[in-house]
Amino acid sequence: METTDIGLWGVPLAMLGGAIRVSTPFIFVSLGEAITERSGRINLGLEGTLVFGAMSAYAVAVMTGSPWLGLLAAALAGLCFGLFHGWICKFPKVNDIAIGIALMLFGTGLAFFFGKPFIQPSAPDLPAIPFGAWSDIPQVQAALNVNVLFLIGAALAVFLWWAFRNTRIGLMVRVVGDSADAARAMGLNPNTVRLLATGVGGALAGIGGAYLSLYYPGSWTERISSGQGLMAVALVIFARWNPLGCFAAALLFGGAGALGPALQSVGVTEGYYLFYAAPYILTLIIMIATSSRSRTLAGAPGELSITK
Amino acid sequence: MSGTHRKAIGVETIGMTMRFGAFTALDDVSIKVPAGSFHALLGENGAGKSTLVKCMMGFYHPTSGDMLVDGRQVGIASPRDASALGLGMVYQHFTLVPSLTGAENLVISREKVPGVIDWRKERTALAQFMERMPFKLPLDVKVAELAAGEKQKLEIIKQLYLGRNFLVLDEPTSVLTPGEAQEVLGLVRGMTKAGDLTVLMISHKFHEVTAFADDITVLRKGRLTGTGKVSELTHKAMAAMMIGDQPIAALDSRAAPKPDAEIVLKVKALKAPDRTGLKSIDIADLGVRSGEIVGIAGISGNGQKEFLEVLAGQRPRNGGEVMVRGAAYAATRAEARALNVRLIPEEPLKNACAPRMTVAENIAFRTFDVDGKGRPVSWISAGAIKAFSARLVEQFKVKTASLSSPIASLSGGNVQRAVLARELTGEVDLLIVSNPCFGLDFSAVAEIRARIMKARNAGAAVLLMSEDLDELLELSDRILVMSDGALVYETPIAQASVQTIGEHMAGHH
Repeated sequence: METTDIGLWGVPLAMLGGAIRVSTPFIFVSLGEAITERSGRINLGLEGTLVFGAMSAYAVAVMTGSPWLGLLAAALAGLCFGLFHGWICKFPKVNDIAIGIALMLFGTGLAFFFGKPFIQPSAPDLPAIPFGAWSDIPQVQAALNVNVLFLIGAALAVFLWWAFRNTRIGLMVRVVGDSADAARAMGLNPNTVRLLATGVGGALAGIGGAYLSLYYPGSWTERISSGQGLMAVALVIFARWNPLGCFAAALLFGGAGALGPALQSVGVTEGYYLFYAAPYILTLIIMIATSSRSRTLAGAPGELSITK
Repeated sequence: MSGTHRKAIGVETIGMTMRFGAFTALDDVSIKVPAGSFHALLGENGAGKSTLVKCMMGFYHPTSGDMLVDGRQVGIASPRDASALGLGMVYQHFTLVPSLTGAENLVISREKVPGVIDWRKERTALAQFMERMPFKLPLDVKVAELAAGEKQKLEIIKQLYLGRNFLVLDEPTSVLTPGEAQEVLGLVRGMTKAGDLTVLMISHKFHEVTAFADDITVLRKGRLTGTGKVSELTHKAMAAMMIGDQPIAALDSRAAPKPDAEIVLKVKALKAPDRTGLKSIDIADLGVRSGEIVGIAGISGNGQKEFLEVLAGQRPRNGGEVMVRGAAYAATRAEARALNVRLIPEEPLKNACAPRMTVAENIAFRTFDVDGKGRPVSWISAGAIKAFSARLVEQFKVKTASLSSPIASLSGGNVQRAVLARELTGEVDLLIVSNPCFGLDFSAVAEIRARIMKARNAGAAVLLMSEDLDELLELSDRILVMSDGALVYETPIAQASVQTIGEHMAGHH
């Protein structure tokens, strides 16, 4: 792709493109985590699920030649991880955070073990839709080349936002997450609801992983995740457990993460590494700015172990 | 469900017995609640009232005994079976989901909820249902933002919405104002009279029982000790059935107040945000003299809790001053110790105890780091803590398995006794109390009130916040009413009228 010099305009454009490209795994992991946390559990193992999802998606895509089968494999693998977490956590006196950390390490380790033979071969990519085809500026085309998973993620965020208020299952998840006693009084079994919510959350994280290995960066390496799975957990809190908030926060993270590479592309050669830290600095600033000493975290599910 | 015609059902238990290991919580209890009656279940804490009710509702499986509904024997294995038969319960602790709105709470608790909820249709149906209810409630507000009284109403409304026609009410009015209590029980009473509803109410308040119930059953130590028609029983007879012949602590006679006594607590132009952060409380001027009890009445959620939290140092203030004996008071440990300020907050297990620490440690919180002469010690003696606590446990009759049991394992009355023991030992110049008798039984209430009166007669200035107007009328020298974050009315006890106080509480002035 030849470059046309568009000067400093390249920075916001690259950030927009970066926001769309980088945010997709954040969207899926954070939506998954939002479902899990709304049911009253925290699954910190999503980082491991993400990496394992990336590996299994890549491996299946290499073997079958279909990225969609890879995606399905990642979702199934994520589902298994989630169900495993949910199953262990139903036992009394088990701490969901500790189990999450154990599963995070287990997932990455297992992915490295099975993933070794797949570092070399290349797998087909997930398709993208060129929304920028109207323009002849290559940067615009690159920025508006949007992967289908991003669109699915956006639709999913809106759907979940709607479903938490307007469907029986959505309300049931919220009831269980806010008051296990009330749930039992209604004849709901909190453990079952949480098991399923953690399973679905894991499946979504697996899909996020598939995006990493099958689209951007688009290959399987052992350093494929730079902590997206963990950051998504913080992102959910930052988004106050609201799916639409998760989507916006993921975009913000993606955009901030693209700042470093964007500056580099317009020729800033010094100190751009500092801008790689932008998402983390941004998170800290927003967390501090929106915190309040006299009020508890608004919107936090009452059964969550970190807010109890 | 709304729309369907309700018909009251009669419920009977025969020889209900419940054993937990070697302990018999319920021993051969048979009660009969005919259809359309209002039945009161009386008894001390631990008398077996809640065990009986839980057996009826399917939470416990009785060791032996039968249940009859409308004369037919039924097996109730789970709460679901109970609700299928039309039996419902309103708990003392709320079972609403705080982050859901009232409407969401009602709809999701239904037996059959459609996969996708059509809110427009549900809202219309709920509005129609609410029209038949004698009180109005905002259903689009999150339950967490409702006042306690409103939550209680919503609990009852939920049961009616679910079409239950036999309701167990577990101390339903303990969080309501007298006006609200009259209103709620009046509604329920009306429905029983119309033959739509049967009610079994657990209560401690005799005047409510007399005003609303048809019959009573009294339990003591798991056994049925009395039953009869309310119209044929006096309060004294009911109390005798409840407590047997154990003595009840009598209130000290009130020492004459001295109008020129020192003003111990002075609050001026105090401002603080309330828990929503949207409104603020504003106490213009309040003084409490040595040797008097100043009662603060108010519907819960009008800023009393925030006011207490400011005085207790749990909540920052925006401005104004709090003075104790002329010195600025910011509720630090050093100040509280120097000025002899003691605090008995509501929900003592939550606000005044470390639940998992032992009874001995909890009782020693004020004194563990000083020696007998008030000097700080560098080495804390477990033996001294034990000895000190043992003396107080004995003196305040705290019933505990051992001094090293976690305080959370004690019953509500005994937790409150332990906190009283800690707070009322030593010199007390200012005592701040909030809802001290909430949810406690007859003899504990009498004893706790007697202790507070004793502290007053010994010269302490007492600030008493309570949602129980009877308690305020019994104890206070002056009553102030708090409404919407401000003190709006003051009356000396001699001229106090429930009617006027109630109107100010409701904000009608």
